[in-house]
Amino acid sequence: MTEYIKLIDLTKCTGCRGCQVACKNWNGLPAEKTQFIGSLQNPADLSYDTWCLIRFDEIENGSGLKWVMRHDACMHCDWPACVKACPSPGALVKTETGAVVHDPNFCIGCKACTVACPFDIPRYSAVNENISKCTLCYDRITDGRKPACVTSCPTGCLTFGPKAEMQVRARARAAEISGVVYPNNPKYQTNVLYIMPAEIRAAQLQHMNPNPKMPTTVLWWKNLFKPFTLIGMGAVAGAAMLHYMVRGPHEPEKKEGGE
Amino acid sequence: MTNHWNDIQHADAILIMGSNAAENHPISFKWVNEARAKRGAKLLNVDPRFTRTSAVADHYARIRSGTDIAFLGGMINYAIRNNRINWDYIRDYSDAAYLVNPDFRGAADLDGVFSGLKGSTYDKSTWSYQTDENGVPKRDETMQDPNSVFQLLKKHYARYTPEKVCELTGTDPKDFETVCDVFTATYLPEKSGTIMYAMGTTQHTYGSQNVRAFSVLQILLGNIGVAGGGINALRGESNVQGSTDHGALYHILPGYLKYPKASEQSLAVYNTNNTPKSNDPMSINWWGNTPKYMASLLKAWWRDADLETGYSYLPKIDDTTNYSYLPIFNEMARGNIKGMFAWGMNPAVGAPSARLIRRALAKLEWLVAIDLWETETSAFWQKEAGVDPSTINTEVFLLPAAASMEKEGSVANSSRLAQWRYKAVNPPGRAEDDLAILTMLVNKTKELYAKEGGAFPDPILNLSWNYGKLGLDGKIHHPSPREVAKEINGFFLVDKEVDGKLYKAGDMVPGFPALQDDGSTCSGNWLYCNSISDTENRMMRRDTSDPTGLGFYHNWAWCWPMNRRIIYNRASVDKKGQPFAKDKPVIWWSPLKKAWLGDVPDGGGGPGAKHPFIMVPHGRAQLFSASMTDGPFPEHYEPLESQVRNTISAAQVSPVIMRWDKKVQEEVCDPMLVEGCNAAVFGCEEAPEFPIVCTTYRVVEHWQTGQMTRWLPWLTELVPNQFVEMSEEFAKEKGIRNGELVRVTSIRNREGIIANAYVTKRFKPFTINGETVHQVGMTWHFGYKGLVTGANANDLSPFVGDANTMIPEYKAFLVNVEKVRR
Repeated sequence: MTEYIKLIDLTKCTGCRGCQVACKNWNGLPAEKTQFIGSLQNPADLSYDTWCLIRFDEIENGSGLKWVMRHDACMHCDWPACVKACPSPGALVKTETGAVVHDPNFCIGCKACTVACPFDIPRYSAVNENISKCTLCYDRITDGRKPACVTSCPTGCLTFGPKAEMQVRARARAAEISGVVYPNNPKYQTNVLYIMPAEIRAAQLQHMNPNPKMPTTVLWWKNLFKPFTLIGMGAVAGAAMLHYMVRGPHEPEKKEGGE
Repeated sequence: MTNHWNDIQHADAILIMGSNAAENHPISFKWVNEARAKRGAKLLNVDPRFTRTSAVADHYARIRSGTDIAFLGGMINYAIRNNRINWDYIRDYSDAAYLVNPDFRGAADLDGVFSGLKGSTYDKSTWSYQTDENGVPKRDETMQDPNSVFQLLKKHYARYTPEKVCELTGTDPKDFETVCDVFTATYLPEKSGTIMYAMGTTQHTYGSQNVRAFSVLQILLGNIGVAGGGINALRGESNVQGSTDHGALYHILPGYLKYPKASEQSLAVYNTNNTPKSNDPMSINWWGNTPKYMASLLKAWWRDADLETGYSYLPKIDDTTNYSYLPIFNEMARGNIKGMFAWGMNPAVGAPSARLIRRALAKLEWLVAIDLWETETSAFWQKEAGVDPSTINTEVFLLPAAASMEKEGSVANSSRLAQWRYKAVNPPGRAEDDLAILTMLVNKTKELYAKEGGAFPDPILNLSWNYGKLGLDGKIHHPSPREVAKEINGFFLVDKEVDGKLYKAGDMVPGFPALQDDGSTCSGNWLYCNSISDTENRMMRRDTSDPTGLGFYHNWAWCWPMNRRIIYNRASVDKKGQPFAKDKPVIWWSPLKKAWLGDVPDGGGGPGAKHPFIMVPHGRAQLFSASMTDGPFPEHYEPLESQVRNTISAAQVSPVIMRWDKKVQEEVCDPMLVEGCNAAVFGCEEAPEFPIVCTTYRVVEHWQTGQMTRWLPWLTELVPNQFVEMSEEFAKEKGIRNGELVRVTSIRNREGIIANAYVTKRFKPFTINGETVHQVGMTWHFGYKGLVTGANANDLSPFVGDANTMIPEYKAFLVNVEKVRR
């Protein structure tokens, strides 16, 4: 199976939001009841029903006014914090395509991923008691198609292809416009890349982590404490087994009174 | 478009002005970005607002709404002053060397007006070329004669200095200079620049002249007929090109034939009046074929009538009456119109002064609305419209229509490309496609005329309407758009030999050169002749081969005229037939094959044999145009409603725009009892209490009046409310916070409309003639029906139109904005 990358060229986004609607269409997501928030951005944030959102930022600096429209969705990390944090096997999986997919059947609704994600992507629904997020259209890309958002993009802002090829293209485009590829942390790579224009930095944009990395709390918990909890859980199980062997099965208490 | 969508990829400079292509034509950006990636093209955007197009432009220049001609006049002046002129092109292919009538006086001589102004119209007798004894325009090849078109043009635009321009437009002089420099650099023969424009250009009292100014600039730079050039109207709807091609305007018949006037009672008189003549042997003068096209059209409609009888069937319009959009509603308001079909139209939201329009609808006896959803127009009598239904006597019928995917037919896009579209699903319930509804109407009307007679039943009874199977009841059932398409292309009615080839009755006419003026051919629209052959409907073709690699895709669907992808393409080659731009030729002459290669060449003959601009009588592009009602050269005037004095001349507004006389205004206003309705409804020049410039527009998320998009949850989620965009400076002055409700009023609507304030860095106050001028903007997508509703910006806009076309002024008028106090 090929590993893919989705490339987002911020210099080419015209904010048409075709991707936002195509995402809802393909994934069968309902519309939200929204209100004007003083910006074209709507819904105001990602949610259980909105996996992809164009964020609008007006930035005024020395080089004049920039109106940046940013396609915000799951970054599909190489070493995903959400998968790392998830206690329920099968609920969040890093696939060989690069997509991080989630399966609501295995999700226990603990919200650990929503805390762990450096990009604040997974969103929890109290009604459904599970999380949801962009799957990189896993059901499309494993069928030889591009994600719905990429297919809808008219300007060439969103492109999609095999990892090695897209990495080359990203670096070439960044060099061409004297911009940078985001994220550029060799220790924390993703299957979604941005081309950032020279005059725009991640820190200037809403909801964009300037330095994405695996949260140390997740590492502490998973690498250090988790073995202990496993030992603890094993000890509990062992004690229960010992108790069974020594004392026999638990008998239901006889009800007093009867009939 | 003179060119076509994917031709934008060949441009070296792209000027988007009066258009917000990124939002309203998002797919165009595929080609804009292609040009930038492959050719290093620069994207220039000139707009009152910093839009999503501006956000991705290389250079953005801000102008005050309605000052396009000042800006473009400045660009023309820049090109002339800096010798950025394609001299060979203008000498050979334009009228620059023609000599004008010595009695002509321009705006430079007459302080803003042209010779011949009498009251509110021009006597255009001095707007003419000098001709020699053969009737051919006289020329001065050096273009130095003071009466030459070029010298007159130069004198006219010498007044548009950068200082004067920026003083009126409010543009930063540096931005103005950059736009001029980058765009006029395409004067080199091997370079080209394209202009993409839309309603921001046309919806002004001088909208047609805005487009003319583009033409003048592009001719000077030699950018017409070449790849990556042209003047490209981005049409506002998927098939609006088709609707104008097929005559859905009062002054034209299908194929842009002029509509017959009351004074033209016979076909012979019509032909004499409407067939231009040229004595220049090198001019093709294509409109010289008018009698052939008119005869073929009459035969398409009345197959069994002779031509004069068919012509007598055509209703004639009064010679001087204007029957366009605004006058229709004016007559309706005065009770002179009984009934109306609103067929996919929603004037209750989309027309200017929409409050007045809704009152006018109440004067109708009956209204038939044909649409996908219940529109504001069909619901003008309901409580949501703010009226008491018991006071409305109009009988309203709402017919459910089929949507685009529920019917078959052709759609003509901005590229003049007619593509066949198939039916995907059946329409829901009892909804019908337009042709079926129309056929039912025709059948019923014929039946009633047959039964009851009438003043003049013949045109209806004899109308050819053979688009489907004849039922046992003698009526047409299941009408087929394919049959309509065949009639539009046209076929021979009798056996006929044309250019040595014999055609049998019933054979498709191969192209409009074969159409006849003797009634032996029929064609519902000469421009579409060639769209269907005896063996195929070319609009159905889906071949993606591109043998030249230039993006013509000649076997993908079909475009008029004659599948020519770039019109006036004879202007892309020199007199030897060799392309000016070697790396992006449109056509080229092969001496070996003795033929043109590349695109379908415009007009006949070998290299240098004919003038390239075949649609104008003398065959040369017109820098000087006598066909305009408001001047042969575009001249800057202020919008009717403007607080700024015109400093180019003493003429504040265009002297010839249609002004409604006081009596008419009173007749319309008094019975309406609209509060605040007075003469100012129609636009007012003096309104000091309304100091803010307002413009209206669309966003990518909604469509027109929202009648299709405000019913779709995924789109209403994106833009749920009406908003008013304004600068931070203005908001601060008025104590308005972003997102809160504001009231916008105009002289027509003092109670105003309520909308959310959208305070943004993208709006900035202008400094005009040393004074601060604020501008705001609103969408016109909202009304009182749909999943989301909101205030209608057209409840504020003026009832005034362009001097040539009467397209309403939606883009520049005066309002006031106040915070809503609770």
